[in-house]
Amino acid sequence: MKFDTTFWMKLSQIDRRWIFLVIAITVALPMVLGIDFTAVPAPMVEKVFQTIQRLPAGSKVLISYDYGPSTVPENQPMADALVFHLLSKDCKVYMMAVWATGERQSQYTIDHIVKPSFPNKEYGVDYIDLGFKAGGTGLINMLFTSVKRMYTTDRTGNDIQSFPMMSDIETLKNFDMILSISSGAPGLKEWIQFAGDRGNIPVAGGVTAVQATELFPYYPRQMFGLMAGLQGAAEYESLVIHMYPKFFQHRSALRKMAPQTVAHLAIIAFVIIGNIAYFMTRKK
Amino acid sequence: MSELSFADHLALWVGAALTFMIFSFLYKDNPFYKFAEHLFVGVSAAYWMVVGFWTTLIPNGIGKVFPEMVSIFLPNLSDTTPNYYFLIPIILGIMMLTRLFGSIGWISRWPMAIIIGFSAGTNLTRYLQSDFIHQVHSSSVPLVVLENGSFAWMATFSNVVLVFGVIAALLYFFFSLEHKGIIGGASKFGIWILMITFGAAFGYTVMARISLLLGRFEFLQKWLQSFLV
Repeated sequence: MKFDTTFWMKLSQIDRRWIFLVIAITVALPMVLGIDFTAVPAPMVEKVFQTIQRLPAGSKVLISYDYGPSTVPENQPMADALVFHLLSKDCKVYMMAVWATGERQSQYTIDHIVKPSFPNKEYGVDYIDLGFKAGGTGLINMLFTSVKRMYTTDRTGNDIQSFPMMSDIETLKNFDMILSISSGAPGLKEWIQFAGDRGNIPVAGGVTAVQATELFPYYPRQMFGLMAGLQGAAEYESLVIHMYPKFFQHRSALRKMAPQTVAHLAIIAFVIIGNIAYFMTRKK
Repeated sequence: MSELSFADHLALWVGAALTFMIFSFLYKDNPFYKFAEHLFVGVSAAYWMVVGFWTTLIPNGIGKVFPEMVSIFLPNLSDTTPNYYFLIPIILGIMMLTRLFGSIGWISRWPMAIIIGFSAGTNLTRYLQSDFIHQVHSSSVPLVVLENGSFAWMATFSNVVLVFGVIAALLYFFFSLEHKGIIGGASKFGIWILMITFGAAFGYTVMARISLLLGRFEFLQKWLQSFLV
């Protein structure tokens, strides 16, 4: 018994760097071995997919890149899968950002998804990148008055009036759907509050896992669907791959599900061991 | 990985070095970590400022009032008719900069007051609509759900948890009555609901942090492949 207590005592005082090392190994090993996991779509993710699936060709969809490089592993797969899906459905895609760092991320989607997978889609006709404007919720408010007064040029500085797909866009109400990929404020929550609820425009999107619990109360009445964290992104990728197998080469979140799962199991084990150690040492 | 240019290789090596500098904090605090941290803060601040200048101040501010002045950067705006109303936000912006000069710093309170007033006005109505009225509506769900004429167990259970969970959590924060008897029991149930919510939030946070670690490891894998494969 004495040995047991000493053991648990030592375990409860273990140097936290051993825990970091174990997590590093559990994350690295499945990556090196190239283990692939599948993801079963949750109803909230399925709802996003099915709603886009029902959109008629030519529908105008605004997608806002409200994140930066720091959350790319979670957010970029969501944005890439959504844009791939929208262009496969022949929707008109309008990209913008309420975060300055979002501009580079929309450029990534254009370079890595749009150009290689849809060589026949034309910039300014089928998709456009409006870029970033400062203002956050003030910007969203202004877009209800006039999109073109805020966006006088596209991201690269070309006159906004010169693009055919902008001819019938006056305010936010001209969009059939708004999607926000976000990692904080302003983000999806602000798009719901300041655009969806105000203009009765369908809003959905994807958020980092940290933000997810904050967004759940808006589903399903104020937000028709949600991708929560890497898991949500992987679920959407699996849906897109099922419908459009060509997207398989672009999967990014699905590749990370194996190390994610193994790391979670390690953390659960740590929590259980930590609790046992706590109760065993408290007994003494 | 012969298709990588010299610039790509340089970016990979700088990125990998900075990643290791940040990771070194897990062992203990050190000057390399401090350097990487300060570099990140400086670059982030500069990036937001430069992007804000070129995407908002130039086309939406100066470009609206003096299109000719910015035509060298944005030739497409040279034909635009000047709109002198935009002088108002430009002046307010300049007034904000007076904070940098102690004796006239008080001038910055005026644009600040306008920002606060505008934000409070618009946010109050939106939050009231979206986070109060809509949320009350969303929480008002039937306690018995029938689907195609038959009793739907899961939907009913979900709605019961939602309704009683909201009421119990609200009662926990209701201090006008002593938490005894029914109120005490309900508020205890409220604590459980709150704890489960915090647990879910913690679980999601763990997932988020591991996802970010995965992103870095994927980058390091790419870096290793750039010279090993």
